[in-house]
Amino acid sequence: MGRLKEQGIAAYQWLEHRLGLIQPIKAAAEHPTPSNNASWWYVFGSAATVLLILQVMTGILLALIYSPSANEAWSSLNFLNHNIALGWYVRALHGWGSDFMIAIVLIHMVQVFLFGSYKFPRELTWIVGVVLLLLTLGMAFTGQVMRFDQDAYWGLGIGASISSRVPFIGAQLVHLVLGGPIIGGATLSRFFTLHVFVIPGLLLAGVGLHVWMVLRHGVSDWPMPGRLVRKSTYEREYHELTEKTGMPFVPDAAWKDAVFAAAILFSVMACAFFFGPFGPGGQPDPTIIQTAPKPDFFFLWIYAVLAFLPPALETPVLLIVPVLAIAGMLLLPLIAGEGERHWARRPVAVLSVSVIAVSLGIFTRLGTYTPWSPVMDAWSSDAVPVKYMQGRTPLERQGAMVLQDKQCRDCHELDGAGGQRGPALDSVATRLTEDQIVRQVLQGGGNMPAYGNALNPSETKALVSFLMTLRGNDLQPAMDASRELTRSSEMQEQKSQGDTLGPKGTPIPGQKQ
Amino acid sequence: MSEFLKYPGESKNDILSPEGKAEAHTRRVFLFKMAVGLNAVVGAVLAVPLIGYLLGPASKKKSNVGSWISIGDVGEFPVGQTRLAEFRSPVATFDDGETAKVSCWVRRISEQTFQVFAINCAHLGCPVRWFSESKLFLCPCHGGAYYEDGSRASGPPERGLFEYRYKIAGSSLVIHAGDMPTLATQASCKDKPLVQIGPAAVETRSTTWEG
Repeated sequence: MGRLKEQGIAAYQWLEHRLGLIQPIKAAAEHPTPSNNASWWYVFGSAATVLLILQVMTGILLALIYSPSANEAWSSLNFLNHNIALGWYVRALHGWGSDFMIAIVLIHMVQVFLFGSYKFPRELTWIVGVVLLLLTLGMAFTGQVMRFDQDAYWGLGIGASISSRVPFIGAQLVHLVLGGPIIGGATLSRFFTLHVFVIPGLLLAGVGLHVWMVLRHGVSDWPMPGRLVRKSTYEREYHELTEKTGMPFVPDAAWKDAVFAAAILFSVMACAFFFGPFGPGGQPDPTIIQTAPKPDFFFLWIYAVLAFLPPALETPVLLIVPVLAIAGMLLLPLIAGEGERHWARRPVAVLSVSVIAVSLGIFTRLGTYTPWSPVMDAWSSDAVPVKYMQGRTPLERQGAMVLQDKQCRDCHELDGAGGQRGPALDSVATRLTEDQIVRQVLQGGGNMPAYGNALNPSETKALVSFLMTLRGNDLQPAMDASRELTRSSEMQEQKSQGDTLGPKGTPIPGQKQ
Repeated sequence: MSEFLKYPGESKNDILSPEGKAEAHTRRVFLFKMAVGLNAVVGAVLAVPLIGYLLGPASKKKSNVGSWISIGDVGEFPVGQTRLAEFRSPVATFDDGETAKVSCWVRRISEQTFQVFAINCAHLGCPVRWFSESKLFLCPCHGGAYYEDGSRASGPPERGLFEYRYKIAGSSLVIHAGDMPTLATQASCKDKPLVQIGPAAVETRSTTWEG
């Protein structure tokens, strides 16, 4: 036994003498870290790294089968799903791993921001981290293109349309993004190159730099209110804290990282197993236009924002806001590199995170049910509720048919069914008078198209008389106060002067001449 | 830093006097600098064609893209109706597969006059659908709406639908197609104003609509 041990030590020494890496790695792993950061709040960075490794491994496995050709990509994904043993599972791991990775990277970023860990001397670590976030999102977008289904095809169209809004070089940029004049084989090839070679290379190199700087400066200590970061004193204080309370990172702090990473990996596996892979959706045939393209979950908020921007603001916002946002994130540690770290003393930081999180949450939620989109088949699938037909005159019932035929339901709800682009019509007559409804229908306005060309006078008459019956739970109909005033003043005029003509000599409506 | 590779100042060379060091290094330093310069030149000569290759797709003149292509017999398009037509993009290459197929909306106004609209919404390129009853094109992505003549009706688009140039050759309808239509690479509709209507119509409903 002793002899075996001696042989083992000799073999190790032979290897280390030639390699020279084992001792430095061991030293790095066991570096002392202040005991106050051995916390469950400090586990997200290592979990993101573990997910990156999972993505690389599953990505390589998928590349064994996937064919990055516009002709074959979609079929090869279906082949993976249905014909290759466990192909569906590897696809599911890669897809869910991607969602988990973005989520963990975002949580990691918020934690580092709220703990003020980006301050001196870790400014560059943060800046590299911002680049890593952008690369991660780049992987997610290019990965969505790899799925090469309808959503991927029209998503590329959205990308090209946004590129086309860049002044002066828009056309060249579109050609550069698409690899040619149209979305096709060249487009998929270049997104494949980005997804498989360029971005992962940058990502791995960036993670290497990021981890190197974490080791160089040490994991940030737990922030305390009132303990300010000063460039002149911080490193000495950190050093003293480490000497006083330090414990080896591995194993005393790292066991939490390891447990969390295992939990996250297990969650990815569970989601992959129970929910399966993402798509592919419909085949990427641009002549199939019965489609409502949508991006993946983490881009839904952008999709929603694009629906709400006023036309005149869209191009400036699209081109300027991302630049400002990224520049702001990159410059943050250079502007606020010193001072208070604790969140309780940084209300602006807490408020910013809250506002951004709530906004992203709301836009993402809106993106899941797209209230701004017409429901294309509502006019032929959602009938007018029976209760709105009872006790109506033939003309009003005819109006209900016009409402249905003219596809009003695509944008307007009745009794909770139909599009949400325009207001629900259940109580329209309590908000608009008959004249106002006529004007709104014929001339449009307020984001409603004009239907003057699509309705003849009798259809309009029928439609409006039906709409006039929609008063919710028999609420008061809308009235035009000014008309009543006019009428009563006319009556008085008539009475006092006995005049048979109204103002400007027009006959008074409803009066026999 | 490895224990075998010393920092400057720790090497045995340091015992040399400055003159000695300079003498020992002059020619090598010169040769090294020359070699660096040589690599810079070679690198530049190498980089120019590689960057040219990378930027190749962007360097094509946009007016050169595309050609005339038939989208069917004029008889397939009844007067007064708007119908979907398909064609294979004339700029497609060998591995474009299904993505080489293109749809467009053909509106026949009279015997001899047509309007051929791109399928792509002028907002962000999603495929618009024609609704003949309400005489509107609607976009499924962000709800852009266009009238039957392609002009903007409502929603986020800032202009009307893109139109292809067309001509009637014999009995077939021929259009000029190439680039995917976007705001920068419009499908040959340069003679049309970019923005067909101004900012959204002034809101009149709630205030003085009766004049």
